[in-house]
Amino acid sequence: MAYIKGISYWLPEKIESVSKLVEEFPEWDAEKIIRKVGVSSRHIAGKNETAGDLAEKAARKLFAEYAISPREIDFVMLCTQSPDYFLPSTACLLQHRLGIPTTAGAFDYDLGCSGCIYGLALAKGLISSGTANNVLLLTAETYSKYLHHSDKSNRSIFGDGAAACLISAEGEAEIGNFVLGTDGKGAEYLIVRSGAARMREKTGYATTDEEGHTKHDDYLYMNGGAIFNFTLDAVPKMRQQVLQKNCMEANEIDLYVFHQANKFMLDTLRKVCVIDKDRFYVDLSTTGNTVSSSVFIALKECMDTKRIQKGMNVMIAGFGVGLSWGGTILKF
Amino acid sequence: MDIHEFIKQLAEQFDDTDPSEIKPDTKFQELEDWSSLTAMGIIAFVKTIYGKEITGLEIRSCSTVADLFRIVSNK
Repeated sequence: MAYIKGISYWLPEKIESVSKLVEEFPEWDAEKIIRKVGVSSRHIAGKNETAGDLAEKAARKLFAEYAISPREIDFVMLCTQSPDYFLPSTACLLQHRLGIPTTAGAFDYDLGCSGCIYGLALAKGLISSGTANNVLLLTAETYSKYLHHSDKSNRSIFGDGAAACLISAEGEAEIGNFVLGTDGKGAEYLIVRSGAARMREKTGYATTDEEGHTKHDDYLYMNGGAIFNFTLDAVPKMRQQVLQKNCMEANEIDLYVFHQANKFMLDTLRKVCVIDKDRFYVDLSTTGNTVSSSVFIALKECMDTKRIQKGMNVMIAGFGVGLSWGGTILKF
Repeated sequence: MDIHEFIKQLAEQFDDTDPSEIKPDTKFQELEDWSSLTAMGIIAFVKTIYGKEITGLEIRSCSTVADLFRIVSNK
């Protein structure tokens, strides 16, 4: 069996509020954005601050908060779509920077909003197989660097941040059985096209998509309608599958902590799944959508404010870029 | 599908537009209140109330409320 032993997170110092967007786009109504999207401010990484830097800070905070020595860590994995280099894995750099023993395994994996769930599934596998005893799972993202300055829709949603989670054979929350899914047919719906092997050089090319949004090769593109339809299809089904796979009924779930995509999407999902407001966490007001870190940040907030207490069953789920999704139950 | 019920659902997606202003011949994308979030709201209610899928492109291709109703009805 595998358990979450501790969670911490780190947000970059620079904060950008909705008022900054309204200054740039005067036709926008700040109050309406906050009401619908649920984000009043986001943290933005500095020019020379990478996802690796944020992950290091999150890890150091975890070590301090839970009195963990880096010497205890025997596996490091980093979920990011903003690695420091093409190679090596940023996780290898972090092993060294954090003073984790050279006997530890380390690798990066490239996922977005489902990344926290996949990381927990991998960590549980490593613990259960006896390959590792203390897995440091890091999630870090700096999507702000992928956003075009004129892309007000995505700028109003995404915030940068990192989280660190320790998974061990004992701890605060037992990790349940997983449901995972993938549909690469939807890869085009959320993509940064240039910069990697398929399209190495920036093209400067832009076109207009079916919703009227500008679609740049060199910046993050999201087809909001397609992602929204995918989410409304995949997540309610996944919720049922997670219950079945863990032999549980809906009334046994004390709290749902889903990926904090945006308030509008979460409110719609909650209604479709017929879940009471008081059992469904929604708060991304001061962080924005932090991609793979959002579930960990939400869990940490719930633990700190005692919204999650011992004895509670919490369903967590991630969904987005890939398309990729996953969910499980945490038994506190 | 009932167009009156459809219009009621559609009107709920607009915050500052009086529901009585939304009629079959209303050019809904020309309303001052229209935004990309309104389109998301349409996608959501078409999916949740009618169990159908409409794309952003289909919504954009509609001129009037009646056009939108026709597309959703025919799905």
